[in-house]
Amino acid sequence: MEVYFDNAATTKVVPSVREIMLETLDDNYGNPSSRHLKGVDAEKYLRYAKNVLSKQLKCEPKEITFTSGGTEANNLAIIGIAQANKRAGNHIITTGIEHPSVYEPVLYLESLGFRVTFLPVKKDGKVDLAKFREELCDETILVSTMAVNNEIGTIEPVEEIATIIKAYNDEHGKEIVYHVDAIQAFGKQILYPKRIGIHAMSISGHKIHGPKGSGALFVDSKVKIVPILFGGGQEKGLRSGTENTAAIAGFGKATEEMYSNLDENLFKMHTVKDAFIERVTQIEGVTSNSGEAPHIASISFRGVKSEVLLHALEERGIYVSSGSACSSNHPALSGVLKAIGLEKDLLDSTLRFSFCEYNTLEEVEYTIAVLTELVPVLRRFTRK
Amino acid sequence: MTYNTFLIKYAEIGTKGKNRYKFEDVLCQQIKNHVAHLGTFTVRKEYGRIFLHAESDYDYEDLVKELQKVFGIVGICPIVVEENVTFEAIRDKVVAYVKEVYGEQSKTFKVYARRAKKSFPISSMEMNSELGHYVLEACPNLKVDVHHPDILLNVEVREQVYIYSHVIKGAGGLPVGTNGKAMLLLSGGIDSPVAGYMIAKRGVELEAVYFNAPPYTSERAKQKVVDLARIVSGFSGTIRLHIVNFTDIQLAIYEKCPHEELTIIMRRYMMKIAQEIATKNNCQALITGESIGQVASQTMHSLACTNEVCTMPVFRPCIGMDKQEIVDISEMIETYETSILPYEDCCTIFVAKHPVTKPVLDIIKRSETKLVDVIDDLMQKALETVEVVEAKVSDLEI
Repeated sequence: MEVYFDNAATTKVVPSVREIMLETLDDNYGNPSSRHLKGVDAEKYLRYAKNVLSKQLKCEPKEITFTSGGTEANNLAIIGIAQANKRAGNHIITTGIEHPSVYEPVLYLESLGFRVTFLPVKKDGKVDLAKFREELCDETILVSTMAVNNEIGTIEPVEEIATIIKAYNDEHGKEIVYHVDAIQAFGKQILYPKRIGIHAMSISGHKIHGPKGSGALFVDSKVKIVPILFGGGQEKGLRSGTENTAAIAGFGKATEEMYSNLDENLFKMHTVKDAFIERVTQIEGVTSNSGEAPHIASISFRGVKSEVLLHALEERGIYVSSGSACSSNHPALSGVLKAIGLEKDLLDSTLRFSFCEYNTLEEVEYTIAVLTELVPVLRRFTRK
Repeated sequence: MTYNTFLIKYAEIGTKGKNRYKFEDVLCQQIKNHVAHLGTFTVRKEYGRIFLHAESDYDYEDLVKELQKVFGIVGICPIVVEENVTFEAIRDKVVAYVKEVYGEQSKTFKVYARRAKKSFPISSMEMNSELGHYVLEACPNLKVDVHHPDILLNVEVREQVYIYSHVIKGAGGLPVGTNGKAMLLLSGGIDSPVAGYMIAKRGVELEAVYFNAPPYTSERAKQKVVDLARIVSGFSGTIRLHIVNFTDIQLAIYEKCPHEELTIIMRRYMMKIAQEIATKNNCQALITGESIGQVASQTMHSLACTNEVCTMPVFRPCIGMDKQEIVDISEMIETYETSILPYEDCCTIFVAKHPVTKPVLDIIKRSETKLVDVIDDLMQKALETVEVVEAKVSDLEI
């Protein structure tokens, strides 16, 4: 049996997405910028995807910019907004649990002379709002926080943060921009950024059964932003480079599919996740650190090295993640696990199981049976 | 300057008496194997020389780089050929060659002419001074220096005339296939690929064995070893890599033997298994990357204990080298970057905090008796489930 419980790393492309991508590869392969019919035919796919996304986010199509994925969307948002607004100040606020595609560009800006505050999270993994309020100041130009944590699945208080920013802006006549990395949230909840007070939001296609290499940044038309890539002026000059028609079309289709059955999809994910956590924590010495997100379970196995358990599961056809796939090349241990106060012994004994609507309770049963067998065996053999 | 012909120089082969032609044939074959993917080439032997001739377009840089990986070659000379064996034709060709290659450069040179074809009417000494004269006339920036010239301009008069001045350094050694076959114990580290390279350089064909310990080691650790074997195969030719599942043996040792002795006992079983596979595959020796004192399992006492299980010779070419010297070679053969990828191998996964550094053979043997009930079955199972991968450079598949 093959069980793919690593859907927060990436997901499989579904048939309808593959179909629309093939249309753009086989027949409508023109350059959307070309003046001839072939170009016009290709451009239709961009318009389609933009319409799907803008409808879903309740924003204008022109407020969507397609990128090569979540990482580029985060880079464009953070660097592009900070550079465009540097006359208004040089202070950036983010959190200590962000994905590298947020904290690396922020560190880059710090090296250029921006001042950066990394907010702590509380024991429940959520940003400390009181601390956040204290950090806002006259120099602040940008706040960037994630909507759902990729390692443990906490849902972060973005609405509260947006409200605080709006109040601060109104009171002080400021225009602090709020960016949200919604890569793990998109497709798992309804997000209307303009209604909440989010000015920029990054999303990605391959976490919701779209292709890798697809992503987008929503930017409120009132927000100042400059490009980080320069060239032919595509995407209204904000993202030069020939549009990746196949990826964009696939992203649009995946979004349509995901949201047209959102309630049912969420129910399926929750059913699998809840059953898994309930069963797995019955194994001795196994605890859950999971947040509320429907698709992520963070589980600690006392006395078992996560890397070894990961490979033992792999031998049985079960694919999971130790830490998040993006940071597992990083020698430092999981940041968010430390931040929520997980004891030191468990940091290196924690795996992430992440689900999608195609996972089943049967797969959960199989995984539980394998874990019940493996965990005691692996505990017997550890480095002395 | 574009070259279509290369003179291949070899040194040690020349000293092998009656076997010389065998060595030359193997070298010719090795050259053919190495360059086959770069174009169409012919390789021919002529009066104790090997010539490589391009019959199709090829990339000069790629070809030279490839020839530098062929053991047995000490020098690669890109040459210009003149078919018309008359002084006038030679003179014109030499002058044109020097003009094109050295043009306006200010250098010193010396003409070194030889006449293998003694019927040619002008003596070598006369050729030297005559050709020198014309070269000086054509290239005013060049000067003659007969003692330490920057450019040694070789002119060989045979059935054809060969003109060359560059000698590109080759890898040296002996052609692979002239000295039997050995089984390399390949880990993911820095030393073992270097050891394999060094033994292959002496003309030895390689096979390799890797001890895999899933789930304690990952698929990526295994892939890394396959990649290392591929890089070494760029020099040695295809390497058959035998992947042994060692987990059960390792866990049995872990459970039954004293923990400080784990690594020594483990290595003794690795040697035994490697030796079995080597014998089955007609290898005459084992190769390891061990270096005296580098780690606890490589102290003199440990090496003696490990070696005790072997009846076949074990070659350890890194034995007297410092780590940095081994690193230097691994950088030269381009295995270093792969070797330092951080995947755990089976030697480190259960290693004791304070392993024995002066193991006593009798005590180790006594500890091993605790495995007596299970070890034969485990060894047999390990040998029966070996996976073989053919590692070669030109693998482009996903």
